[in-house]
Order: sequence, then C-alpha cells, then structure tokens
Amino acid sequence: MELLVASAIGVMTAVGIYLILRQRTFPVIVGLAMLSYAVNVFIFASGRIKIGFPPILNKYAETSYTDPLTQALVLTAIVISFGMTAVIVMMALGSFLETGDDRIDMTDKTDGEDA
Amino acid sequence: MSLALIAALPFLGALLPGLMIRAGRNACAMTTGFVTALALLMLGLHAPAVLRGEVIQTRIEWLPGLGLNANFFLDGLGLLFAGLILGIGLLIILYARFYLSKSDPMGQFYTYLMLFQGAMVGIVLSDNILLLLVFWELTSLSSFLLIGYWKHLPEGRQGARMALTVTGAGGLAMIAGMLILGNIAGSYDLTVILQNKEAIQASEWYLPALILILLGAFTKSAQFPFHFWLPHAMAAPTPVSAYLHSATMVKAGLFLMARMWPVLAGTPEWFYIVATTGLVTMVLAAKIALFKDDLKALLAFSTVSHLGLITMLLGFGTKAAATVAMFHIINHATFKAALFMSAGIVDHEAHTRDIKRLGGLRHLMPVTFAIALIASLSMAGIPPLNGFLSKEMMLEETAHTVWAGSHWLMPVLATLGALFSVAYSFRFLAHTFLGPVRDDYPHKPHDPGFGMWAAPALLAALVVIIGLVPMTAAGWLVDAAAGAVTGEPVAAKIKHWHGLGSPALWMSVLAVGGGLMLLASHARLDAIWNATPRPEAKRIFDGIVEPLAALARRVTAISHDGSLTRYLAIATVTITALGYYAWATADHGTGTRALTPIQTVPAIGWFLLVVSSLALVAFHRNRLLTLVLVGVIGLMVSVGFAYMSAPDLALTQISVEVATVILLLLALNFLPKTTPVESSGGRKLRDGLIAAFGGTGVGVLIYALMTRDFAFPSIAEYHLANSYKEGGGTNVVNVILVDFRGYDTFGEITVLGIGAIVIYALTEALLRGGPANDRLLAWSPDQRRAGDRHPLMLVVATRLMLPVALIVGVYIFLRGHNMPGGGFIAGLVVAIALVMQYMASGFAWTQARQKIDYHALIGAGVLIAAATGIGAWFNGVPFLTSDFGYVNIWPLEEFELATAALFDLGVFLTVLGAVMLALASLSRIAIRAGETINVDAFDIHPENDGPRTEPATTTTEAR
Repeated sequence: MELLVASAIGVMTAVGIYLILRQRTFPVIVGLAMLSYAVNVFIFASGRIKIGFPPILNKYAETSYTDPLTQALVLTAIVISFGMTAVIVMMALGSFLETGDDRIDMTDKTDGEDA
Repeated sequence: MSLALIAALPFLGALLPGLMIRAGRNACAMTTGFVTALALLMLGLHAPAVLRGEVIQTRIEWLPGLGLNANFFLDGLGLLFAGLILGIGLLIILYARFYLSKSDPMGQFYTYLMLFQGAMVGIVLSDNILLLLVFWELTSLSSFLLIGYWKHLPEGRQGARMALTVTGAGGLAMIAGMLILGNIAGSYDLTVILQNKEAIQASEWYLPALILILLGAFTKSAQFPFHFWLPHAMAAPTPVSAYLHSATMVKAGLFLMARMWPVLAGTPEWFYIVATTGLVTMVLAAKIALFKDDLKALLAFSTVSHLGLITMLLGFGTKAAATVAMFHIINHATFKAALFMSAGIVDHEAHTRDIKRLGGLRHLMPVTFAIALIASLSMAGIPPLNGFLSKEMMLEETAHTVWAGSHWLMPVLATLGALFSVAYSFRFLAHTFLGPVRDDYPHKPHDPGFGMWAAPALLAALVVIIGLVPMTAAGWLVDAAAGAVTGEPVAAKIKHWHGLGSPALWMSVLAVGGGLMLLASHARLDAIWNATPRPEAKRIFDGIVEPLAALARRVTAISHDGSLTRYLAIATVTITALGYYAWATADHGTGTRALTPIQTVPAIGWFLLVVSSLALVAFHRNRLLTLVLVGVIGLMVSVGFAYMSAPDLALTQISVEVATVILLLLALNFLPKTTPVESSGGRKLRDGLIAAFGGTGVGVLIYALMTRDFAFPSIAEYHLANSYKEGGGTNVVNVILVDFRGYDTFGEITVLGIGAIVIYALTEALLRGGPANDRLLAWSPDQRRAGDRHPLMLVVATRLMLPVALIVGVYIFLRGHNMPGGGFIAGLVVAIALVMQYMASGFAWTQARQKIDYHALIGAGVLIAAATGIGAWFNGVPFLTSDFGYVNIWPLEEFELATAALFDLGVFLTVLGAVMLALASLSRIAIRAGETINVDAFDIHPENDGPRTEPATTTTEAR
C-alpha cells in the first residue's frame, strides 16, 4: 500500500509541476490544484498508513488509532487550498478580462524610474 | 507600566490626526497637542523622583529567548531628553498648525510627527539595547516620511532618501556594535551593560564595538564626514526642520554617546575618535555656515557645528566636560528651535529664505526680529544669554585639554570655531533684519499672527531666563542629566563671571572681535569662497549611490524579469537538487517498518488516479476535459482518505471537490476553452524532466518516510489520550481542530474569510468600469447555449433535495465532535445545497429568494469564534480554552454541551459565507456579461406547452 500511495503522490507532483510550468493561467491553476492534492496526501501519509483504525475513540474497547494530527492539519489545508484556488481563479479571470490575454508571464518590460 | 505608556502614547496618538482632520484643522492640531501634553504630564509626574536620584523602571517580557524585552527606565538623562522631545514637540505642533498651508494634508503631517516623536521617546526611555535599536530604526523611517513630506518637490524626496540612506546605514553598523556589546556584557539590558565598564573596555572587541556604535551615532548626529545629509534634509517643511534639528533626530546620536558614556568613554580611543571628530565638525561646519545664503542652510550647518561641539565635549571623557555637554544640549535646543521657527516665519511671510534678497525686516516684522535677535545673540555666545554660558564653559574645558601632546591645538581650534559661530550668527541677524527696508521682496512681509510666533517667543523667553538665572532655571536638570551620564553626583556651577584670569574670557573676547571683523569683510570672502572649487558632498553621494542602484537594477532585471515560469522552474530545480544532495550525502539504511498489504480495490483506485493524472498532461489543452479529469482525481483522493482511516478528510475533500469544479466551470465560461500550443519540443522535454525529477524526489521521500517509524515519539498520542478527557469529544480530528489547535483554526477561518472578501473586491474592481467591464458588456458567448438552461427535472430535484441537504448539514455539524463531521464539512455541504439552487434556477431568481448577506455570514462566523475564545477569559483561563459538560433533558438521551461547538459554529458560518461569496462573485460577472435574468424558476414552464412567450429580460446587474 505504501508503494501505491508514494507513487500516486509522485505522479501527482510531477503532473502538478509540469502544468505550473505552462504559459497560460488555466493549466497553472490546475497544476496548483494537483500540487495541493499531492501535498495534502503527503502530509496525511507522513502520519503513516493504518487501515481500519479511524481516530474516533471507541468507548467500549481498547483499540489502536491512526495519527489524528496529520488529518487535522490536512483538513484545514484542503479548505484553505480551496480558498487559494478561488482567489487565483478570480485573479486569472480578472487579468484575462483586463488584457484580453491569459498569458502568465509579463511581456512588456516597464522599468520603474525613480525620481 | 506608565513608562511604557509614555513611549506608547505618541504611537497611539498617531492614529488620531487622520480621524480628527475631518473635524477641522484646529481639532486635529489640538488632539495631537493633547496627546503630547498628556505624555509630557506623565513624564512630569516622574520628575521629582528622578531628580531625587531614583531610577524608574518598567519591565515587560517580550521575547526573552532573544534577550529582547520591552524594558524602560527613566533617569536624569532620559528625563532631559524626553522633556525636550515632548516639550519642543508641543511647541512644534502649535507652530505647524499655523505654518502649514491649506493645501498641505495636515492629518498626515501630524501622524508622521507623532510616529517620529514616539520613536524618539522610545529611544531615550529604552532599557534594552535591542529595543533601543528598534526605536532607532523607527526614527530613520519616520524622519524619512517627515523630510519627504512635500512629495511633489524633488529636493524633498532626494533629501529624504539621502537622510534615510545615511542614517539607516549607520543604524545597521550600530546594530552590529550593540550586539557585540551585549555579548561582552552577557545581557542586552542597558542597566546591566552600564555596570560592566571594566569587562567591556578590557575586551578585544571593544574597539570594533566602539567604532560600529560611533558610526551609528555620527551618522545620526551628522558628524563629519557624514554631515552632508543634514542640509539636504532642509527641504522639509520648517516645523520638521525645527523639530528634527534642534531637539530630536540629530540629538539621538548625542544621546546615544551620552548613554554609553559610562562604559565606552575614558579610553584614548574614545578621546581621539570622538573629540577629534567633534572638533573637526564644529570648525568645518561653522565655516561653511558663514557662506550659506539660504537661511535654513545656514542654520543647518550651524546645527552641525553645535552638534560637533557637544560631541567634542562628550569625547573629552571628563565629568566636567560631560556636564557642559548636557547644559549645551538644553541651550542649543532652545535657541536653535526658535531660530528655525523665525526662519520659517520669514519664509512664510516674505516667500523667500535667500539672505541676499532679504534685509531691513526689522521695521516690517518687529516681533520676529525681537525673537531672532535674542536667539541669534545666544547662538553667537553673547552675555548674558544661555548660549554664552555654555560656550564659555566649553572654551574653559578645551583650555585644559591636551591633544597628542599639544596644549594649544584644542583651544585655538575651538576659539576659531566660536569665531565663525559669532560671524554667521551676526550675519543671520544683520543681513536679514538690519539695513534699509527694500522694495523688492517677493511678497510684502509683516509679522504673523500670535499663534505662529507664540512658540518661538516662548523659547526666546527661556533663552533669556536660563541666561539670567542659570542655576535656578536649568542647574537642577543639568545636575540630574550629567549625574546619569557620569554615574556620579554632579553639582554644576554655572556663572557669568569667572574672573579676569580665566582663559575662556579672553578666548570669548577674541571670538567676538574676530567674528565681527570677519562679518565686516564678508562680501570679499564670499567672492573668494565662491571662486574656490570644493568637493560637493551630494555629487559624491550620488556618485556612489547611482552605480549601486544601477547594479541592483541589472541584477533585478536578470533574476526578476516577470517570467513566472522561469522562477518556478529555477525554484523547483533548486529545491529538488538540494533534496537529492541531502539524500545522497546522508547515511541511511532501508526502511524497516512493515508494509501494509495491497488489496485489489485500492489498486484499481490507484490505477484510475494515475491514468487520469497522465491523461491530464496529455489532454490539458482541452480545458473542459481537464475539469473532468481533475474531478476523477479528486474523487480517488477522497476515496483513498476514506480507505486509509480518515473519514473526516474524505468528507471534506469530496465536498471541496464539488465546489472547486463549479468554481472552475464558472470561470471557464469566460476564459478560452483551449490552451494553444506554444511550447517547443525542447521546452516540453525540459519541463517534463523537471517534473519527473521533482515528482520522483517527492515520491521517494514519502516512501522512505512511510517505511520508517517515527524518529521521535509522536505527539499524536497526547491528543488521543486527552481528546475525551479534556476536549469532551471522541472524534479526535475534530477535537484537535476546535480545541487543542483552536487558535490555528481561528487563524485559518480568518484567512478564508479574507480570501473570499478579496474575491469580492476583485469583482468590484473589474465591474467598476475600464477594459474588463467594456469587454464584459460586449461579451458574446463563444459556445452554444442550451435551449433549456434551467430544466424542470433539475429544478424539481434540487428543490426536493434542499431541506434534506440542510438537515444533513445540521446533522453533520452536530455529530462532529464525536463522529466524522464538524463545522468545515457542514459548511461545505450546506454551501453546495445552496449552490445547487443557483444552478437550477439561476442567480437572480435564487438571490431574490434568500436574504442572507454573505459578508455578514463571514463576519458573524469569525466574531462568534472570537467571542467563544474571549469567553474563556471570563473564566480566568487563556484565550480559546474550551469547557464542556453533559446534560439530560427528557426525553432525549444524555448529550454534551461544549463551548467548542460554538466555536465550530463560527467555523461553519465562515466556510459557508466564504464559499458562497466566491461563487456569487463569479455569477455577478456572468450577469454583467449579459446573462439573462430569469423571472421564473424554469425556462420552459410545464403549464404552457412550449417556451415562454415573453422574452427573458436582458439587463445588467442592478446596483
């Protein structure tokens, strides 16, 4: 199972990196979303994998549990990454509407001359 | 506490002018003055104790681990300086009220002034050198704002920049010096350092520390060769010049030397560096001042000269000299502030400060003349004014000082400095006020109103009073300050007449006589001066700064060329390479932890995830297909969470997934539907390699992590053991979120709320007008629209689902503490249920039927969470400490009431509001682009057999 999780994280990271190196906003946003998945699963997996032991305390039997801390970290991270995606989507949309272009790199070089 | 409050008051007061300016300029000035007066009053309440020789201390632990504490102390030296800063500050506030013209933003001015005042008071009250450094840098920054106050003037901007560069660079050197000093003494507390004279002077690091600290002091106090910034800072409004250059900014360097005097002074190094620099500065600046035609430039150089004088006295390292230095600080502050203000009045009334265009003002401005007369005679050192007293004492000290074996060098040069001083003082007076009345002033001058001359007149009165009865008026303050500097009790004897045998008397006579002769031949000397070439400090400064700026610009242009792709590629490669390097060079075996067996169903899920990910790369140009693939990946991730014992994560991931896809779909409506082919094959290969490199690294890293046991005992055990006992819940993840790590969660929902408001603000900006708005108004859909945008089936199904979904939301919320669920998930579920209504029947239709303000929802959420946290204070426990209990209400089962649930409610509301606000903002863009607003729930009404007869209204969004 560890091999599957690790390779899935690796693939998602690689796809994420490839996409954020594209030159248009939309693939970059999707790439960031992929990286969010990869990072979230990475943090989650750093609590080690245990199957069938959710961190819900059992009042009636002594049992072992999986690591709750990484789960708590990832839970908020998922929600925050949604917020981040929403903001950059809006920025991408705004820049496309302002300029009529969805390139990610600045093309015109304006040197700020100071007084 | 009250010492910290004195330092904090001006900073708090800085908030007021901006508000009070709406109530008028008088209200603004009075509020500012009131705050300063209050601080002065609080200082005054401590004065009797300090004058008795007590030291008042306030200690607040700030960052004890770094040795940085907000410790303050007040002794005689602090009292003298704080009194000057606040007292003269009060007069400046009064003067500025009448000096600033109607077009100057007065609120801004007073805000900057108060910031500066607070920083200065902070310096003189600090008992921790790190804290002192913080205030020191704050004075550099706030004086930058003050000097550059007239932003429209290039001289103002350049002067401000030069002052910031020079004093800021000196401040950096001083940081290093202070750290060395703190290291030697073993503490960053001034009171401790001041008791370690032997250890510090014996240390091999004494000289480096001394030089670095003096660099800070000399740059701040404009000592040669760093004196050049001060005259350029004269581009500031006159109240600023009067304040910065009489009582505060430049005196900070002197203060520092005086403060450090007990530990640094008394060595030959100190004497030769400090006394020589002071002497050179005094003579050189006095000579330059004589040839300046601009009134403020003349005063600026005279300030530099007097600062040199005080520096020299401190450099002597004797108790008597330090006492004179303290006395001259008081005298200089009084007469120089008065002179600056008079120069400002002349400028204000005659519209010029050029001495060559003035003269004869005595008849037109008698009041101003009287003030300037007293102040400049004091500056020249004419008896019986206060400037005479301290100058006489200074000359006396030099007469007893031996410089490198020579008995005459010091007294001769000091007399020369005094001689120049007499000459420029009389020039200021004679060439501005005496002589015949002219008829070519740029503006017909006359005395200003009382408000403007009140402050300088008060100072002039002080000049006379201190001059006539020095022991009564200032002796006690000099004693207290000098006592604090030298660490021994001081009883200064300030007298007018020292007898005919006193060398100072003859030196004085020589200076006055010589000075008058010099003035008489000024016209001829001026011609020679103008004909001699001399180094122009500004040109040298620019010559150093400009190549540096050009270099910085070149480096920026290369490394920061606006290509995000390039930054990301460089960053990824660097980070991964470092990871590989660490991996390759470290010693590690293979993992020993037992692997979890692979089962068929998870393997199929993995296969789906990997295939979708690879397909994402292959088909990423088709953006709609991309969304489908992202959906599949997200689904597999959440299934994976569920499988690997993380039900909460699975629920969160799947609901976020839905919201994300809807969001991206809404955005894609306006973005191009495909990504064009741009990258060359080589570039794709490069990016592919980088991606494979990074992906492999991350995959190997997590595999290595998962196949090993924890290196340290995990803190997870603590949470598992205490979740029920202390948090009262069995769902440990939820208890961590709302209880153990509640503060983190509080921060996170705040960020989420801010994110949503940013989206709203961006939408507002886009819709306000401009190219984006024009483009939206002219929008024509690039894809065919469905004939039936709001199908009957969908509408009916979502209507039926709504109450069910809401109940599910409430259920998930309530059970969250003990079973998978909680505020985050419930918020997302309810948000999706609401969004479904928007999708089914359109934005406007739904908006008309629900009256919830999403901003209010976010605000309420954050406030409820905060209020829950604050509630803990009333129980006498720290912020966000939770409490819970169990209740029985018939016929329900026993259930739990926890404050954490209230906190979770805040989370719920914020998440709901944030998601809804983000999606609603995108809908508003769609409406601006001509999306039709439907009045009915359906496009095709079942009762009419066919499409509606009346066309849908096409309106832009009603604001």
